[in-house]
Amino acid sequence: MSHNVSDHAKRKIGNAFPHLILIILAAIALAPLLLVLINSVKEHADIVRNPLALPTTIDLANYADAWHYGKFSRGFINSIMLSGMTILIVLFCSSLAGYVLAGKKVRIWPLVLIYFLVAMTIPIQLFLFPLYFIFARLHLLGNLIAMSFVLAAINLPLAVLLMRTFFLQVPKELEEAAQIDGATTRQILWNIMLPVVSPGLITVAVIVGLASWNEFLLTSTFLQGEKNFTATLGFLSLNGTYNVDQGLMMAAAVIMIAPIIIFFISIQRYFIDGLVGGSVKG
Amino acid sequence: MKSFRYYILLLPALLLSMSVVLIPGLLTAYISFTDWNGVSPQINWIGLGNFRAIFADNVFWKALGNNIRWTILFVTVPVFIGMLSAVLLLGRRINATLYQLIYLFPYVLAPITNALLWLNIIFNPLTGVIGFLRKIGLNVPAPLGNINTALYAVAAVDIWHYWGFLTVVYLASLRQTPMDQVEAAQAEGANGWQVFRYVYFPSILPTVLLMYVMIIIFSFLTFDYVYLLTGGGPAHATEMLSTYAYTLGFSTFQVGRASAVGLVMSMFGLIAAAFYTWLSRREITE
Repeated sequence: MSHNVSDHAKRKIGNAFPHLILIILAAIALAPLLLVLINSVKEHADIVRNPLALPTTIDLANYADAWHYGKFSRGFINSIMLSGMTILIVLFCSSLAGYVLAGKKVRIWPLVLIYFLVAMTIPIQLFLFPLYFIFARLHLLGNLIAMSFVLAAINLPLAVLLMRTFFLQVPKELEEAAQIDGATTRQILWNIMLPVVSPGLITVAVIVGLASWNEFLLTSTFLQGEKNFTATLGFLSLNGTYNVDQGLMMAAAVIMIAPIIIFFISIQRYFIDGLVGGSVKG
Repeated sequence: MKSFRYYILLLPALLLSMSVVLIPGLLTAYISFTDWNGVSPQINWIGLGNFRAIFADNVFWKALGNNIRWTILFVTVPVFIGMLSAVLLLGRRINATLYQLIYLFPYVLAPITNALLWLNIIFNPLTGVIGFLRKIGLNVPAPLGNINTALYAVAAVDIWHYWGFLTVVYLASLRQTPMDQVEAAQAEGANGWQVFRYVYFPSILPTVLLMYVMIIIFSFLTFDYVYLLTGGGPAHATEMLSTYAYTLGFSTFQVGRASAVGLVMSMFGLIAAAFYTWLSRREITE
């Protein structure tokens, strides 16, 4: 064996080993999800026999049953309404506040910024109990609109900080030119600034939308009454009653997983931008 | 009065946050000094009684200990996997995005979805993978039912869902390292480890520190996976401050005592938040 060949082989092994680690990590992330998928078309008895075996027949009845018993028609409509309203409230509040904070338009801007930094790290248990009993008194438990304001409030700090960063990236000259032309604050914001930061608005919408779709503590506590259940709460309500039909449970899990994964893949750039924008310092 | 107009623009955000977070937060602070049960119009001031009660409660200390164990697990395991995968992805020209996407799949799914799929198809001693391993003769204990393994089993699910987030953040930070510094180090004959240690690491240090602060904060607040998978059991083996407060508030309606726990949790968060604000000071002063 010549010197050259062994060098080449060594380099190949050197590259293959890191790649193997990446593949193993991908398998760890995917394996439980694939397990759900293969068992979603099997019958309960087959799953009990061997959950790791591939299905011999493909039975889609599980999906119809899961959709029916999980009341997903109602659940998805509620989830879409809840996430949609939360996104609108957050976008409205955070873009206005982000604009003011980025431009240092008010003297107290550092104070407001610190308030939102602190609010981001506050436990839900700090405000959960009074809020719950106020909601109960006002008969707002199960009210999707009231719920969306609560979810908007907990997502607001991160959204304000992100929007501020996006507004900071807009060149100052743009606003100054408009001011010289005599544009009002409203015109500057609506016609000039918002179109420029629109990728930022999408990023915030995606992050907030997923967070409110996935939220557990507040929605499970506040959204009482089956007709107000979101898709995730509908899935949760199956657990305990339908565990005796694992095929149905796994089909319901696929119903929960597939739309989110498809949505995530289609908006990945904005989502990753949001994660990175809120986390990377330097 | 030009700045008056800008105060109005701040108003929606401040009003929303104050009415949902700040004012109920202050009410919690007040309630923590009372014996309120959530429904009775009778509210009696009992001073530090609730705090004395929770500090005398073994479950509180058990929960605090579990939060600390949780923190230790989270500042090591996902940080190591996230950093390793980010460094390996940095060296890949093709498919780096694909791997990032796959690693994020569990992260974007709802805690309810993730918890229920692990409960049913993996941990379930009858229908799950654990049940199957038992059937073929392996003597595996039910991970969630055993007081010695429950905390690790719950943490495993949460870490499985979380580490991909760190990969993405670390990778983005690594990629911001100036390439000319990397090339200069390589030209001087630095090996892979030395390039990482002396060029990449100082560059990503602020991000790494910020992530540590965030991990510590959220380890003290962790709730979703614990509550969904075990509810704090068995025998408080996975009890956290958050589940302890939740149970006090909504199962036994000791709202005053629950509020006291909420307040103690916020203190931990506040210490970390102060550190976080300090890390972000450049942003505030710029």
